[in-house]
Amino acid sequence: MYETTYHRAESVADAATRLAGAEDGKLLAGGQTLLPTMKQRLAAPSDVIDLTHIADLKGIAETGGGVRIGAATTHAEVAGSEIVKRLLPGLAALAGHIGDPHVRHRGTIGGSLANNDPAADYPSAVLALGAVIHTYTRQLPAEEFFAGMFETALDEGEIITAVEFPAATASAYAKYPNPASRYAMAGVFVARLGDGGVRVAVTGAGQDGVFRHEGMEQALAGNFAAEALDGIAVDADEMLSDIHGSAEYRAHLVTVMAKRAVAACG
Amino acid sequence: MADVTMTVNGKTVSKTVEDRTLLVQFLREGAGLTGTHVGCDTSQCGACVVHVDGKAVKSCTMLAAQAAGSEVTTIEGLASGGELHPVQAAFREHHGLQCGFCTPGMIMAAVDMINRLGGPLDEATIRAELEGNICRCTGYHNIVKAIAAASAEMAGVRTAAE
Amino acid sequence: MTSSAEGIGARVTRREDKRFVTGKGRYTDDMTVPGMAHAAFVRSPHAHAKVTSLDASAARAMPGVEAVLTSEELVADGVGNLICGWMIHSKDGSPMKMGAWRALEGDTVRHVGQAVAVVVADTPARARDAADAVVVEYEPLDAVVDALDALKPGAPQLHPEAEGNLIYDWEIGDQATTDAAFASAAHVTRMEIRNNRLVPNAMEPRAALASYDEAEEHYTLWTTSQNPHVARLVLSAFYNIAPEHKLRVIAPDVGGGFGSKIFIYPEEMVCLWASKKTGLPVKWAADRTEAFLTDAHGRDHHSEAELALDADNRITGFRVKTVANLGAYMSLFSSSVPTYLYATLLSGQYAIPAIHANVKAVYTNTTPVDAYRGAGRPEATYLVERVMETAAREVGMDPAEFRRKNFVRSFPHQTPVIMCYDAGDYDASLDAALQAIDYAGFAARKAEAASRGKLRGIGFSCYIEACGIAPSQAVGSLGAGVGLWESAEVRVNPVGTIEVLTGSHSHGQGHETTFAQLVSDRFGVGLDTVSIVHGDTDKVQFGMGTYGSRSGAVGMSAIVKALDKVEAKAKKLAAHLMEAAEGDITLEGGTFKVAGTDKELPFFQVALAAYTAHNMPEGMEPGLKEGAFYDPTNFTFPAGTYICEVEIDPDTGKTEIVDFVAADDFGTIINPMIVEGQVHGGLTQGIGQALLENAAYDEDGQLLSGSYMDYCMPRADDVPSYRLMTTVTTCPGNPLGMKGCGEAGAIGSPPAVINAITDAIGSNDLVMPATPAAVWQAIRQGRTAEAAE
Repeated sequence: MYETTYHRAESVADAATRLAGAEDGKLLAGGQTLLPTMKQRLAAPSDVIDLTHIADLKGIAETGGGVRIGAATTHAEVAGSEIVKRLLPGLAALAGHIGDPHVRHRGTIGGSLANNDPAADYPSAVLALGAVIHTYTRQLPAEEFFAGMFETALDEGEIITAVEFPAATASAYAKYPNPASRYAMAGVFVARLGDGGVRVAVTGAGQDGVFRHEGMEQALAGNFAAEALDGIAVDADEMLSDIHGSAEYRAHLVTVMAKRAVAACG
Repeated sequence: MADVTMTVNGKTVSKTVEDRTLLVQFLREGAGLTGTHVGCDTSQCGACVVHVDGKAVKSCTMLAAQAAGSEVTTIEGLASGGELHPVQAAFREHHGLQCGFCTPGMIMAAVDMINRLGGPLDEATIRAELEGNICRCTGYHNIVKAIAAASAEMAGVRTAAE
Repeated sequence: MTSSAEGIGARVTRREDKRFVTGKGRYTDDMTVPGMAHAAFVRSPHAHAKVTSLDASAARAMPGVEAVLTSEELVADGVGNLICGWMIHSKDGSPMKMGAWRALEGDTVRHVGQAVAVVVADTPARARDAADAVVVEYEPLDAVVDALDALKPGAPQLHPEAEGNLIYDWEIGDQATTDAAFASAAHVTRMEIRNNRLVPNAMEPRAALASYDEAEEHYTLWTTSQNPHVARLVLSAFYNIAPEHKLRVIAPDVGGGFGSKIFIYPEEMVCLWASKKTGLPVKWAADRTEAFLTDAHGRDHHSEAELALDADNRITGFRVKTVANLGAYMSLFSSSVPTYLYATLLSGQYAIPAIHANVKAVYTNTTPVDAYRGAGRPEATYLVERVMETAAREVGMDPAEFRRKNFVRSFPHQTPVIMCYDAGDYDASLDAALQAIDYAGFAARKAEAASRGKLRGIGFSCYIEACGIAPSQAVGSLGAGVGLWESAEVRVNPVGTIEVLTGSHSHGQGHETTFAQLVSDRFGVGLDTVSIVHGDTDKVQFGMGTYGSRSGAVGMSAIVKALDKVEAKAKKLAAHLMEAAEGDITLEGGTFKVAGTDKELPFFQVALAAYTAHNMPEGMEPGLKEGAFYDPTNFTFPAGTYICEVEIDPDTGKTEIVDFVAADDFGTIINPMIVEGQVHGGLTQGIGQALLENAAYDEDGQLLSGSYMDYCMPRADDVPSYRLMTTVTTCPGNPLGMKGCGEAGAIGSPPAVINAITDAIGSNDLVMPATPAAVWQAIRQGRTAEAAE
């Protein structure tokens, strides 16, 4: 790791000020991606601004129609939250399978979303559930937030403060992990929303990061059953291919995982 | 440079370190506690697992400065009064270690697992919960047995005679 | 021989464990020396390139930097090239072609990660900062990574010494009789078999701490070694670091080796040299990325195998051609692995009248390849057992019965490929495994799995290995540069406590327990009165170290010889003290007794008498301390049967090992608990090879699986709990009857897993690792092929 300057932010405003004052600052949310990247000397921020001691960024609360999760809430806290388990069991299960137990004690939802790793789990839930990302300055609907691999609609220096999820009638996530990294090779979040609509979001498999699959959504809106997905092909040309699996394999896995998520919705 | 003070195994430790100092470096080089190991550089192997404020974390994936003000427990702080922690004792009893390098992280992960989930723990749960800890020697067989036995003992359940 | 509750065969918990479970283990990177500086290496990002310039001026000016040292200074100081210590001759009689390997390279780099310079600075981070600031310019050259490609005309050439990248073209066995067997065969099974490249991945990365004492002209090296005496020998005799008496090598607690810590690497050489050069103790500790790039890799064979059967399905001949990838340089024992450690095991457990094997060893722009757990024997076993399973399927025989039909049953059995099997009962281990797995019930289990949508398969592996390396004269005649004996010293202290100094090194094997069990068994003394000392050339007289499952069969045999001498002297002294005939003295339960009388003397009193020397037999020297060297008379031949049952999810291709039975014959077992642990670990490494692990390079020689993000290490949820059992035929070649158990699991398991998968999916077209993607692909191809028919 290159030398850096550590800041412990006391408030979001403080964090914003420190970030603005840094030559090449980075926000440190859980650090479970940023710190390994810095250790490999693949990132060299002049300053890191630690958000995890800001009380306003923590906690899980039931809102009128859903749940609001502070950006610095850890994966373990989301997985263990009674509110999340009751309203969005798929989201709780997803959080409970991110990384490993030690990672889940440090990694945060805000950090995961800001990084938008194409194999991260949370983006699929955010997109499928139509969550709203709250930042220090504005609110961004999920559709507008994700902008391809490791890219988001966040402005330079913009800090995520919370994510607000609407409740769903049913939700489930099925992930096929990369055997080595255990990141998603194909992770599919299926949500059945209050209006009867179904949304299917896929992470890990696509070349441009998380995406929705409209063909599956339409099929499931008509018949919310795994069989409804029979014969719905995922375009392999848009899938990633690497030493762990071909694009064809990933395309196939997307359908398999989608079926499993539907089945898990019960 | 950062002045970092934390409580390690019940004792206050203060050091002035570079901001880039990882918690594991602070523990090994600053506090002289070399039981916590580094086995990879991608935050996956778990040889460095310690408890920060009661929760298992990878000390290679946390800056020392982030842990300032925290209570840290390392493998050296687990036994009390010369008596091995039940998980330590179970690892010995069930031959859950060979070269010993992954062992401190394994034990700290196992203690955290049992603290969170209670006991007795079944094999599938233990294997899933060990996702963040890699061992190259034991094939995990006896680590799983050791954790199962310790979780049962800690839950006050007598293990079935084998 | 007496016995005790803590003796041979007792399931004693390990004495070394307390320090490990409390964080008090002391590994190389835990060591500190006052004034210690830290080394960081500047490494090539290219697989093959000319070094055109190196500018260290900026790095030298950075804070905390003591020195930046390069190849030029290393050569000027006369530090020798790295060597391969086992001479192999090609079939035309020419010696192997060894390219020059410098610890720091200044001219042509030949694999990614090769060191070109070293920075010494006051902290590891500042050393790394400065290493990044060393400006090296390269002129990239074409690279070749696959051994078959490297042999093709026009392939990039690595070393001027090795034309066509060919290191040797070696053969074993009789080609004419083998060809004749094929000419008259009723059936021939042919296969192309790939053995995937692996990265050893001991959890403790390599490390070295070197300290030079200018006044004494003496070096101390703490290092992650399985054989500190061999390290000292090589560093002094070949690399000109220092004469042996001026070099102390200490291998303290070592966090696993699996072969990768046998070898002497550039980094410890450079630390020693840099310590003298800078006047500072110099420490280097690899990070995992460096481990992936520089620890000797394992396996990496391409083979063609043909098995000839007669009309009665008896094997009449076996013909093998193998191309072995040795990487960019010849590591210390690399030449022996695909030859004498591999092709000599091609007879498997079977009576095969004619075998011929041809092995070509090849340079490529990849990390050097050398011994990794099993070293040659897993490659042989995989080949033999994949071919046996396939042949059985082709001729329509039950795979267990086909093997049984061809088993060796009379011993000693001379194979056509050097080895002479001394003892074994292959039916016994096959029967034990078949019974344990409930072979008769497999069809019902398969049907039940099918009802759940799963493909269930069963696969066999009847492995044999050669351990306990090795008779020095024999290996010398085959090209080894060293003898492969072991030494021991037994020191009985005046109060009767015993220290055993051994040249074997323990890095997870539990020698501090098992070696003490031997002493306890022999003398009837408590384990708590015995200490095992190892890993320090200043303490232990000499040793060849721990690899090839040799510490029991060879290391303990040396201890037995020393114990024999101690016992003989102590009995003579006890006889004198008790005024009895020497032949009437027995040693039982820690007490010397005179047979037929009630006279006795406790062990410690005899020890004390040896040191007070007030009352000794005429001519006896004071003291009770004896040393011994043991040179094996033969290899040992552990063998067994592994049966694996898998269930495959056809939707994802994921393989689950639902049952794994291992029936091993290791001869005499000192501590069943520790032996089981060795098998568990070996099985998991073998299953890792079969299902998960692969060192994959791109065509430019970049290691694609260079971290745990892409190199799939077996984790707890990848493997099952195992069912182990042993059958016993003792080894006639050594005093305890031991065969060795350290590598069997890794040797025997890969073919059992792959045979089970190919049984489940009904297709034999599968290479290791059988990842979910690969299995899914194989299932899909099988279905496509079926549909086309």
